[in-house]
Amino acid sequence: MTRNQWSKFSDRVFQAVGLFTTFFGLAVLAVLLYDVFTDGFSRLNWQFIMSYPSRKPEQAGILAAWGGTIWIMVTTALFAIPIGIGSGIYLEEYARKNRLTNFIEINIANLAGVPSVIYGLLGLAIFARAMKLDRGVITGGMTLGLLVLPVIILSTREALRAVPSSIREASLALGATKWQTVRYQVLPAALANIMTGIILAMSRAIGETAPLIAIGALTYIPFLPTSPVSVSKSAPFVNFTLQGFLDPFTVLPIQIFNWVSRPQKGFLVNAAAGIIVLLLITLFMNAIAIYLRHKNQKRW
Amino acid sequence: MSGETVFKIQNLNTFYGAKQILKKVNLDIPPKAVTALMGPSGCGKSTLIRCLNRMNDLVLNFRYEGDIIYKGTDLYASSVDVTELRREIGMVFQKPNPFPKSIFENIAYGLRIQGVKDRDYLSGVVEESLKRGALWEEVKERLNDSALALSGGQQQRLCIARALAVKPEVILFDEPCSALDPMATAKIEELILELKKNYTIAIVTHNTAQAARVSDFTAFLYMGDLIEFEPTGKMFTAPKDSRTEAYLTGKFG
Repeated sequence: MTRNQWSKFSDRVFQAVGLFTTFFGLAVLAVLLYDVFTDGFSRLNWQFIMSYPSRKPEQAGILAAWGGTIWIMVTTALFAIPIGIGSGIYLEEYARKNRLTNFIEINIANLAGVPSVIYGLLGLAIFARAMKLDRGVITGGMTLGLLVLPVIILSTREALRAVPSSIREASLALGATKWQTVRYQVLPAALANIMTGIILAMSRAIGETAPLIAIGALTYIPFLPTSPVSVSKSAPFVNFTLQGFLDPFTVLPIQIFNWVSRPQKGFLVNAAAGIIVLLLITLFMNAIAIYLRHKNQKRW
Repeated sequence: MSGETVFKIQNLNTFYGAKQILKKVNLDIPPKAVTALMGPSGCGKSTLIRCLNRMNDLVLNFRYEGDIIYKGTDLYASSVDVTELRREIGMVFQKPNPFPKSIFENIAYGLRIQGVKDRDYLSGVVEESLKRGALWEEVKERLNDSALALSGGQQQRLCIARALAVKPEVILFDEPCSALDPMATAKIEELILELKKNYTIAIVTHNTAQAARVSDFTAFLYMGDLIEFEPTGKMFTAPKDSRTEAYLTGKFG
């Protein structure tokens, strides 16, 4: 072979290898999805979605699980989003570059890579035990909040960094303070990217099982956490309570995990149906993230 | 020079980290006239103009020695409120940098951050500023369109109008035409000549022809030294320093 023929040949070989590796991942995913859908699709119905768990697989449902997932996600968001965006803004816009901030930055990057079960142990020791919040929604939500916090901080910083400094200069040169510049120019320009990062972080948290098992979330919960708003027939008619945050909970991945470990065939079908619901939720969240990122592709 | 000097720059040395940029610069900027800061790349002209509204404060490791007196007070005194200072001393940048908002909101921003909410008053200022920025006729029908849809030259005039809206006394131009085509450049230059009736203007340029067209006084900087500062006509016809002459005749730069 001449040199030229050889490079053409190796080019084709690489294309083939590349194609194979790309399709390998997709094929595995397709097989998995096919398996899950054939097992679980027939089980997906209103009864399944609106029922509490049961000893009989055909009567069991995921109401407590997806209800708990929503409770946990809301708590996680309330806890992690303000702290994450706040730290991101501080580190990117305000903090002086010195050894302390360097140290903090390296640690945040490292925290993003810590195994999630470690966060579970942290939540167990601090929230459940030391702060005596026990094993309720708030403990679970804050534990997952800690888990997603580094990711939110990092994506906030990245989003802020993508805003050109000429926008900051323009604002400051008009006599705006630093905070006005951040509040009215930089943050709005970065918001869609920040939201994208948050949603992706949350869709990771939604599938987390290990940290919640570590804090001792229950697997059999035949009720929902107390609703924050309830209506009564006598005064004051509308009641508000935060009790729900202290109530025990379960979440979809734990419910699925629990069913998978059961011997009866019926529970495996339930697990497959639960996986479909969980997949749909994550898919939906990722779709929002992609939409936001797409919408925000304006350039300066 | 007529009237009171606006900026009195005395023995100004500036540093970025260990690197010295400006060396013992002494310069007086007169009111209601155009002063050009001219020189080749890296001569320190942009650093000098960015000292005048303290934009260099934002630069890490920036350090200065000497004095800049603005209307009789020390520009860098701790009692000076830098946000108020920047309202009085506006700036137009090298690349047009409109906010990713509507034309109206771009102009109104400077007043909004001062707490102005009165819609009629804001509309009045927006119209007046756009007229002064020679952009009103082109955009009056579409004030709510995004400023990013304007052409480069229009964007730069929008940035000038935006600076005018906060009623400054001084406007600093940092190579305002370097990203624009000749037609747009001509419009900006015409506007600068109009604005000098009411404002004190300093303009950074590496373009000798531009300095000749728009300025009343020209400072020639080279490698951080102020080589020569003269009325523009005088410098361009009879430069005192051989380096000035070499630059004006296009031997380097």
